[in-house]
Amino acid sequence: MSVHRIEFGDSYPPLPGHVSGGRLERVLRSGRFAVTAELNPPDSADPEEIYQRALVLSEVCDAINATDASGANCHMSSLGICALLKAAGYSAVMQISCRDRNRIAIQGDVLGAAALGVHNVLCLTGDGVEAGDQPGAKPVFDLDSITLLDTIRAMRDEGRFLSGRVIESPPRLFLGAAANPFAPPFDWRPRRLAKKIAAGAQFVQTQYCFDVARLRAFMSEIRDGGLHKACFILVGVGPLASARAARWMRSNVPGVHIPDSVIQRLEGAADQRQEGKRLCVELIQEISEIEGVRGVHVMAYRQEELVNDIIRDSGVLKNRAPRAQGAEPTPGAEII
Amino acid sequence: MRALRRLATRHAGPFERLYLVCDRLALALAPLLVKAGLERLERPAAVLESWTKGALFDCNMCGRCVLAATGMTCPMNCPKGLRNGPCGGVRANGNCEIEAALRCVWLEAWEGAGRMRHGGRIGELQAPLDHRLKGSSAWLRRMVERARLGSAPP
Repeated sequence: MSVHRIEFGDSYPPLPGHVSGGRLERVLRSGRFAVTAELNPPDSADPEEIYQRALVLSEVCDAINATDASGANCHMSSLGICALLKAAGYSAVMQISCRDRNRIAIQGDVLGAAALGVHNVLCLTGDGVEAGDQPGAKPVFDLDSITLLDTIRAMRDEGRFLSGRVIESPPRLFLGAAANPFAPPFDWRPRRLAKKIAAGAQFVQTQYCFDVARLRAFMSEIRDGGLHKACFILVGVGPLASARAARWMRSNVPGVHIPDSVIQRLEGAADQRQEGKRLCVELIQEISEIEGVRGVHVMAYRQEELVNDIIRDSGVLKNRAPRAQGAEPTPGAEII
Repeated sequence: MRALRRLATRHAGPFERLYLVCDRLALALAPLLVKAGLERLERPAAVLESWTKGALFDCNMCGRCVLAATGMTCPMNCPKGLRNGPCGGVRANGNCEIEAALRCVWLEAWEGAGRMRHGGRIGELQAPLDHRLKGSSAWLRRMVERARLGSAPP
């Protein structure tokens, strides 16, 4: 019999029809525009690094993503970051990549994360080891993003492991997937998302969007298939620090598509960093107007301090009061 | 080998028909062959399968063949071994994020599926691989499973 129950940060009793007790699911299901952001993981064993980095994001974010060695570069683990975020009262999205762990390790981590109070999981295939700082590592890819979604969905809904063995207390998790509308084959991408939804995806965070025309074409197909009603789509955005940084990203980060026009605009600006920020605000405003888009996911690598301003300037939070999670709400303001 | 593999994808339609004829024949004969002790033929069957599918599809003998649901393109040639579709890292020119000179296996699979009568099967969800089956004959397993199940759907 449990004598003592630990309550973490953003835990609410799940509402009817909700799978988790988390803030992100509440915000999305209540019809509000959601904001998530990526936390740049430290190369450090100091928890203070996480608290500092989370603090600058927390005021405008409904959940903070803890990346899982993205780009195949080694950093603090996503589970470790999530545990620290939860302990500090933040809502976390634990990213799971299939590159580094097999099905046994992943299912164990899912239970561990749920026990720590993590409510959201983003299921990813992961970049190849060749992209990272340790290209000689063994690539695992025992599961892929779709079988990972299906596995966690069965753990939650059917209360069983992949083997069929029963889980006594199933994890209550809001399941996410990635989508990249900007990589070929373009006509496949909506169908791939449909497959992910069938496998259990409830929310989607896309790759960086710098090409709104392409996103519009993708979203139009998504709406034709009714997929925007079957999952919550958050479009990935981020400020580019300079034209040089944009070029580097385009050629070194797998799956990132940056049109020449964007790079030219940065090159022509007196203050490229400021222009990158302005571009990001404009993109968010345009993207938020597209039917079926339910939020944005901000990836401001090494520019996290800009996220707060970017979201405020974009006006997407409208009458929601930006506030530090866990702080006292402003009287009269609409909050979750 | 890549040339033959491209041939199989480019002519996915005829290859699918050939595949279906062989499959139906094998399944029809399965009960008889199993009774005659087919299961003892694992090694020769695996060698035969490895030669033919190796030449035509660069088959890696994963033991759970899904060619008919992946545009007659073997997904095990994907450097990540993805069996449910392309990752988000496909380059703008359609090549692989890991092997820059390799055309994305799933792009080929998608095109192959477009030439097939049952190309829609590419949307099926493929379960995680059972790694114990690596190197074994998928053909033989299919026949034995069919013989044991009677007339279960393919």
